[in-house]
Amino acid sequence: MTRYSWPSIGAHWLIALLIFAGFALGLYMHDLPLSPQKLRFYSYHKWLGVTVFALVLVRVLVRWRYPPPPLLPAPRWQQRAAQGVHRAFYFLMFAIPLSGWLMSSAKGFSTVWFGVLPLPDLLEKNEALGDLLRDVHETLNWLLGSLVCLHVGAALKHHWHDRDATLARMLPWIRR
Amino acid sequence: MMKRVYLCLAGALALWTCLLPAHAAVFGSLVPGQSKIGFVSKQMGVAVSGQFRRFSGQFVFDPARPEAGKARIEVELASIDTGSGEANEEVVGKDWFHVKNFPGAVFEMRRVKPLGGNRFEVQGSLTIKGRSRDVTASVTFRESGGNGIFEGGFILKRLDFGIGEGPWGDPGTVADEVQVNWTLTLRPVQAPLPAKK
Repeated sequence: MTRYSWPSIGAHWLIALLIFAGFALGLYMHDLPLSPQKLRFYSYHKWLGVTVFALVLVRVLVRWRYPPPPLLPAPRWQQRAAQGVHRAFYFLMFAIPLSGWLMSSAKGFSTVWFGVLPLPDLLEKNEALGDLLRDVHETLNWLLGSLVCLHVGAALKHHWHDRDATLARMLPWIRR
Repeated sequence: MMKRVYLCLAGALALWTCLLPAHAAVFGSLVPGQSKIGFVSKQMGVAVSGQFRRFSGQFVFDPARPEAGKARIEVELASIDTGSGEANEEVVGKDWFHVKNFPGAVFEMRRVKPLGGNRFEVQGSLTIKGRSRDVTASVTFRESGGNGIFEGGFILKRLDFGIGEGPWGDPGTVADEVQVNWTLTLRPVQAPLPAKK
């Protein structure tokens, strides 16, 4: 079995964990009544998003330096679907933090990474644009959520049903 | 020789009388629409600006005698715009300004100290939510288009006034220090003598 490289495996699981945390937090926080806790959650959510964005930049370099192993034998449509979903993930991992950052600027709140590093506001304050970007951010997230379900479902199907190495080459402590 | 001196003196006198009225203006009431009282708060390290849309004031300021200046400014706290609708609803409430019981913030100027040039140090008492504190602000003054313009600011410690109590008392989320800044445009009380018609 040819595994993914260690840097790829590390990046995959770390980013997956951060995305999961950011997604859950975003879902939980957005209709809380205003409180100091809500302000903190919003900041943590934004910090998570910026972190994911930065890590995805690193991940692209990792992928370029350590290309993924060749696709395992499978029907052509499955290979295509897998590649399509992977491409969509890369697109969404950039587009979702970006839409959140732009939304924040349009709503009049700068993003300051970990409360220390201010990101530039690429947009002027504009309430209508802010609402539009919120919808974009939300829609992209639901798209991501659906694709993650597909991705996880396919991985488990390969692991348990097809009994191939699809999952094991990204999750090295399980044997195949 | 003497004639020339007289001429010079006359010229100087003419010039002086011409310039005098403009400089002798005492500045009084606010020019609506050309004044602004704003603030910048910090939430989780993020600067967020806001403003008060309605305020009034009485002023007597003579640039020739700045020490004798008087000012009383009253800000209608319910006119706050924090930059987000959700926060606007929150800050008029009991934990923040409690505008039902304390509708206005009042600043009474007590002392003006010239710092040289067009800069002044202004001291006075600020009353918000029934609590009065001495504040010191640095202010600049300039004249423009016949009006007098004050620009200045100071750091307000919100917790001194109980602005943001209960769960909001934690300065780790919303910082204690709030930068308050203003531009106040005043029109002259005694209009300069009309220029030659």
